[in-house]
Amino acid sequence: MKKVNYFLAALLGLSIQFASAQVKKGSVLIKNATVLTITEGTLDNSDVLVQDGIIKKVGKNLNAPSGVQTIDATGKYLMPGIIDAHSHLGLDVVNESTAPIVAEVRMKDVVNPYAVGIYRALAGGVTISHAMHGSANVIGGQNATLKHRWGSTDPADIIMQEAPRTIKFALGENPTRVHGRGNGIQPRTRMGVEAILRNGFNEAIQYKEAWTSYNAEASKKGSNALPPVHNERLQVLSDIIDGKIIIHCHSYRADEIYMLINVARDFGITKLVFQHTNEGFKVAPEIAEYTMGASVFADWWAYKFEVYYSTAYNAAILTENGAITSINSDDAELIRHLYHEAAKTQRYGGMTDEQALSMITINPAKQLGISDKVGSIEEGKQADLVIFEGHPLSSYAVPQMTFVDGVKYFDIKEDADDQRLKVSATDMVEPVMIYEGHNSRCMQDTEHLFETTNSLFHTNY
Amino acid sequence: MKRLNKTFFAFLFALLPMMAIAQIDGEVIKPRTGKFLLQNATVVTITNGVLNNTSVLVEDGKIKEVGANISADGAEVIDCEGKFIYPGMIDGGTKLGLVEVSSVPETVDYAEIGNFSPNMQALTAVNPNSVAIPVTRVSGVTTVLTVPTGGLFPGTAALINLNGYTPDQMYAGFKAIVMNFPSSGRRGRFDRRSDDDIKKANEKALKEANDLWDNAKSYATLAANGAELEYYPEMAQMAKATTGELPLLIEVNKASDIQAAIKWVEGKDAKVIFSGVSEGWRVAEEIAKAGIPVVTGPIQSLPTRDSDRYDTPYANAGKMAKAGVKVAIRTDGQENVRNLPFFAAFAAAYGMGKEEAWKAVTINTAEIFGVADQYGSVEAGKVANLIIADGDPFETKTNILHVFIDGYRMPLSNRQIRLYQEFLDRSPGLKMN
Repeated sequence: MKKVNYFLAALLGLSIQFASAQVKKGSVLIKNATVLTITEGTLDNSDVLVQDGIIKKVGKNLNAPSGVQTIDATGKYLMPGIIDAHSHLGLDVVNESTAPIVAEVRMKDVVNPYAVGIYRALAGGVTISHAMHGSANVIGGQNATLKHRWGSTDPADIIMQEAPRTIKFALGENPTRVHGRGNGIQPRTRMGVEAILRNGFNEAIQYKEAWTSYNAEASKKGSNALPPVHNERLQVLSDIIDGKIIIHCHSYRADEIYMLINVARDFGITKLVFQHTNEGFKVAPEIAEYTMGASVFADWWAYKFEVYYSTAYNAAILTENGAITSINSDDAELIRHLYHEAAKTQRYGGMTDEQALSMITINPAKQLGISDKVGSIEEGKQADLVIFEGHPLSSYAVPQMTFVDGVKYFDIKEDADDQRLKVSATDMVEPVMIYEGHNSRCMQDTEHLFETTNSLFHTNY
Repeated sequence: MKRLNKTFFAFLFALLPMMAIAQIDGEVIKPRTGKFLLQNATVVTITNGVLNNTSVLVEDGKIKEVGANISADGAEVIDCEGKFIYPGMIDGGTKLGLVEVSSVPETVDYAEIGNFSPNMQALTAVNPNSVAIPVTRVSGVTTVLTVPTGGLFPGTAALINLNGYTPDQMYAGFKAIVMNFPSSGRRGRFDRRSDDDIKKANEKALKEANDLWDNAKSYATLAANGAELEYYPEMAQMAKATTGELPLLIEVNKASDIQAAIKWVEGKDAKVIFSGVSEGWRVAEEIAKAGIPVVTGPIQSLPTRDSDRYDTPYANAGKMAKAGVKVAIRTDGQENVRNLPFFAAFAAAYGMGKEEAWKAVTINTAEIFGVADQYGSVEAGKVANLIIADGDPFETKTNILHVFIDGYRMPLSNRQIRLYQEFLDRSPGLKMN
C-alpha cells in the first residue's frame, strides 16, 4: 500500500514538473533604453539581455547571441513588470461568504485564464497580480499569485507556482455587514472581529497540539492511538501561526489595524501585510515596526464611512515612517494604469521617482514574498519587463511592450482590436457594459445578502 | 440680588470670547479677495496662445488686464517668474457637493425618487461645505457641473464655482435639464436582466419620454398663450427644455443609443448636449454631422465591450474631436473630481493632443455651457478663475501654487493636507516619552 503511495507521489511530482515545463520562456535583447532598475539606480542608454526567461546581463554594448531577437528601445524607458498586490482579475468567484472563517478555500481553484482583463492589465504594464479572495470574512480564503501569461489556457500556467502561500483577512464594515447584519451572527462589531480571530487561532493551537501528541504517541512501538479528525480550516490557521502563510488583511481604520497587530504579536505571527489601509497613516510607526507594510490606494476615499477620514498622502506618510508601501488596484480598470497611480504619490507627498516606482514593483514583491525573483531589473531575476514611451511616472506615459519571463505578451504596434481568447457560444450578441465608476470585486458574490442596497449604491470595496 | 446676578452673568458673557481665544490653537486661512498682480508669468491663455513674461491683474473678481507692463498701484504682487498661469479647469459633469459618503444613504442627495422630476434642483442640494470641495480645488479644478441622476428626467444640473458659502454664491450661470436616454445596454455587472427584458424596458422608456415631451410642449404652448394651468412643477420645468430656454443634457453611451438619441432630438426645438458618450468613437461622424456637443468621460474607464481595444476609453475623446465634434471632458466623479487634469492627460496621450485636451477642460466646456464670455480662458473681462503652477498641471509632479476663484485667492489646504501635516511625523510617535 505504502509503495503505491510513493508511486503516486512521484507521479504527482513529475506531473507538476511537467506542468511548469509548459510555461513559455523567452530570450530577447533590449538595446539603448533608459533602464529603471529600481534597486540599482537608473542606467542611461543601457541594454538588458534576457535568456530563457531570466535577466542574464544588464550593461552597455551587449550583443545578442545568435537567434536572440534585438529590440531597439532608444529614447524609451524600461522598467520591471508592474506588480499589483491586490486584484481579483481572472477569478470566477471571489467570496465564500458562508462563515466568518473560510481559510480552507483557495483561489487557485477558480482561476480563469480567459479573462480579457488579464490582457488589459498587460497593456498597462502589469505582469503579476495577487488574485485575492474577497473581504466578506474575517479570515477569508487563500489567494493566488498570478503571472500574466496571456494565451495559456491551463490555469496552472498562469499561477506563479513558486510564490509563497498568502491568505485574505478582512476587518471592519465588510465582515460585520455580511455576518452580523446579514446573517445575525458574530461579528457585528470590531470587538466581534477580534474575538473571531483569537478564538480561531486558539482552536488552531489546540488542533496542532492534538496532532503533536498523536504523532508522539503513534511513533511509540505498538501504539494504537487514533489520529485526530483532519480539519483543513484549522490546519491552514495553524500554518499561519507557523509562519508558512503571509496574511494580507483588508483593513481601513487605524484602531482595527492596531488590533490585528496586537493579535499577531500574541500569537507570534510576523508575516502580515495590510491591504487598503486607508487610515494606516495614523498608525504608520506601528505598521513600520511590526509588519511587512501596507498596500494602499493612491487616492480612493469617501466611498464608505470607514474611508471618510482618508488622505491621498497616506502612501507618503507610511513610506516616510519606514513602512514598506505598495500601491494596488483592487479594480479591473485601475490595474490598467498603476504607473499613474504611483505617480500620484509625487503630487501627494513629494515621493522621489525611485520611491514612487518601488511602490508598484519591489515593494509589492516583498509583500508577496517574491522579491528574490521579481520586482527589479537585476541579473538572475525573472525577465518581467515593460517598455514605456515617456517616463512611466508622466501622465502622458504610454506602455509599448510587456514581457513575462522574456516572452512578449503585449506590443502596442501589434495590438489587434479583439483580444478575447474565446467567445461565448451562448451569447448571441456581445453585451455592452456601460461603465459606472470603479467597482471593486471585494464583495462580489455576497450580493444576495444586500439586493436592495446594491441596486442603488455600488460600494463594495 | 437678581440684578447682581444679571450683571455678573453679563460680565462672564463678555469674557467668553477671550476665554475661547485662549483655548484655540492655530489659525484658519480664509479665501481672500482684493487686487492682485500676478507678475511675469508664462500665461497659457487657451484662446490667445501662450504669452511669455506676461502679467495678469485681478480686481473685483475679474481679470482686469493681461499684458507685459501692467502698473497696478495698491495691488498685492505675486511674483510668477518661471511659473505658469492657466485658466481654472471646468469639469463638465460631476456629483460634487451632492454626496458626502457614497455608502451612507443619508448623505446621498443626487437621486430623487421617481422617473419624472426635472424640477429637482441640484443647486439646492449642493453642500458648500462638503469636505470634497477643498480637496478638489487644490488640483486646479475651479468650476464643475453638478448633475442629479436616477430616473428618465432626474432633475436640473447646475454649474458651480468651488468657492462660496451658499449655493447662490457658487452658482456660475448655467443650468440644464438632465435626461437619461433610455438605454439598451446593461447597467453593469449587477444588471442580470435578459436581453428581451432590456429591450422591452427600453421601448417602454422611449415611449414614456415621447409622451412626456409632447405633454411638456403642449404645456409650454398653452402657458405662452396665457392659459390657466394647474400647478404642475415638473411640467413647468420640463417645458423650458422644449422651448430651448434651458438646454437638455442627454446622458447616452451605447452607439445604437447615441444614434437613436440623434434621431430623437431631430426636429425638436431643444438645445441639446450629450453626456457620457462612451461609444462616441463608433459613431463620431454622425454626432459631428448632427452638430451636438459632447461632455465625455470618465476617460479612465473600461471598454464597453470585451472585444474592444484596451485603449478605446482613453482614445474616445480624441477620436470624436478629430471627427469634428466639440468635446469637453468630465470625471463623472464625486470625491475624486481632482483627477480631471489626469483624465485630460490620458486623452491627450492617446490621440487628442495637449492643446485640444486643455480646451476640453476649459473653453470648450464654457462654450458648450454658454458661459464662454465669463469662463474658460485667461482674457481680460472674464471671471478671475486662475491657477498658478510650477509646470504642467496635468503632470502629477507639478505643484499647484495658487488657485483663484471669483478673484478670491483660495487657501491651498484641505482635510487631507491637514492630516498629512499632523501624521507625517506623529507626536507621540512609537513610544510615549
